[in-house]
Amino acid sequence: MSTTATTYGARDHARAQAGTVVDTMPTIPATGAPAPPGVDPAALTWAETVAGGGYTHKVLARGTRLRLTDLEGDACAHLLLFNAEGPWERLNVADTVKVQWNAYLGESVALLSDQARVLATVVADTSGRHDALCGTSTVDHNTERYGDGAPEGPSPAGMPLFTLAAAKNGLGPRDLPPSLSFFQGVRVDAEGGLEFTGAAGAGASVDLRIELPVVVLLANTAHPLDPREDYTVSPLRVLAWRDRPTTPDSPEWTHTPEAQRAFENTADYLTARGLA
Amino acid sequence: MTTTVLDVEVPARAPFSTVLRRSQELSIIDLGGNQAVDFLCYDAADTAKRYSAAATVAAQHNIFLTTGSVLRTGEGTPLVTVVADTCGRHDTLGGACSKESNSLRYGQHTRFQHACADNFLIEGSKWGLGKRDLVSNVNWYMNVPVEADGTLGIVDGLSAPGLEVRLRAETDVLVLVSNCPQINNPCNGFDPTPVRMVVTEPERAA
Repeated sequence: MSTTATTYGARDHARAQAGTVVDTMPTIPATGAPAPPGVDPAALTWAETVAGGGYTHKVLARGTRLRLTDLEGDACAHLLLFNAEGPWERLNVADTVKVQWNAYLGESVALLSDQARVLATVVADTSGRHDALCGTSTVDHNTERYGDGAPEGPSPAGMPLFTLAAAKNGLGPRDLPPSLSFFQGVRVDAEGGLEFTGAAGAGASVDLRIELPVVVLLANTAHPLDPREDYTVSPLRVLAWRDRPTTPDSPEWTHTPEAQRAFENTADYLTARGLA
Repeated sequence: MTTTVLDVEVPARAPFSTVLRRSQELSIIDLGGNQAVDFLCYDAADTAKRYSAAATVAAQHNIFLTTGSVLRTGEGTPLVTVVADTCGRHDTLGGACSKESNSLRYGQHTRFQHACADNFLIEGSKWGLGKRDLVSNVNWYMNVPVEADGTLGIVDGLSAPGLEVRLRAETDVLVLVSNCPQINNPCNGFDPTPVRMVVTEPERAA
């Protein structure tokens, strides 16, 4: 008779698995994870390593610092942000690039909502390989490219991963606008053509400062322009800790006149709402 | 012989919408020149399937639209194809103006000017669409280049009076238009003007 043939045996077998540690999993509580130099471990609020082809989501407080790290050099962090206080306000990629007069993501870029407020700010970037134009991949695209695009298959597409992450926050497919992606670069040539420039290498990281309470959706899946024949995406490290939001004395606040007005709009909203 | 099923002038600053049946063609004619025509489209049978700027530019590896471009849903499915274009360049990146984004781009004094996002909301409401259904849109006749250092901006258009872009519906599609009221940038030559919308039905094979 096997050890799991009885309820008692099955229960013992199940419970004996507790404490198993694998490379791609959350650390709960996050305070048990290694903290970056200079960060108080007690301030950690999110520590997770997302497998290639995986997704995750979290509601983060204003003033959180969110660090994404491309551990092995082939992560691609597709990101969406919503105002957690009212998720009908969400990331607007067109406004983000148009209002700030730049198509490329990098330090001091404000990630703007459709209500002219700042959801998060890019405050550090050792990668420089990002994309605000192409969004994430679709089931049809991945099926054609790799033979499968289903969330639990060998080559998950970004759209169904976002759909799942959204659903777990009470949001549906209509709530998903175009997304940003970090760690796989795209550049525009003089004729408007899109050139995939790939990753900066293992260990690159991006830090976001969270400016409003936000719902964060992350899908770690191959970029739609990735030309490599095989589905290639490696683990994404996610670490967040209590820090501080951008203030008028921060360089990001006055990075551009447009960003300054967006931070002022955000402060105005928070004041009225009793959040700051 | 093709049959004209609709021929209307959309006034300066006004919204417009219609349903194109599969294989019908919509001509958007720039009557005054340099008029940005903000455009969204949806699968008429399931409006959760809608234009995706990201899927469209990723599929064609180019940010500009012209003849041959296919406007796709977030799932990658074709909605409409550009079958004729006498202008040659149309924007996928700039999205719509809104009262809110105008406050960032030009200052709070523009907050109560007309804006495309409000046009989309009021016209979309006639079809049961709300704010969650508004995503980054096409801007016909608008010119938004990206420089080598990433600098992006709305610059003088390449359009002129009488130029035309013609779209073929690949399935039944709901078309939502804001004839852009923007007066603070060159997208309209600082002067919103009317556009003409002509829907034609091709001759059916016997």
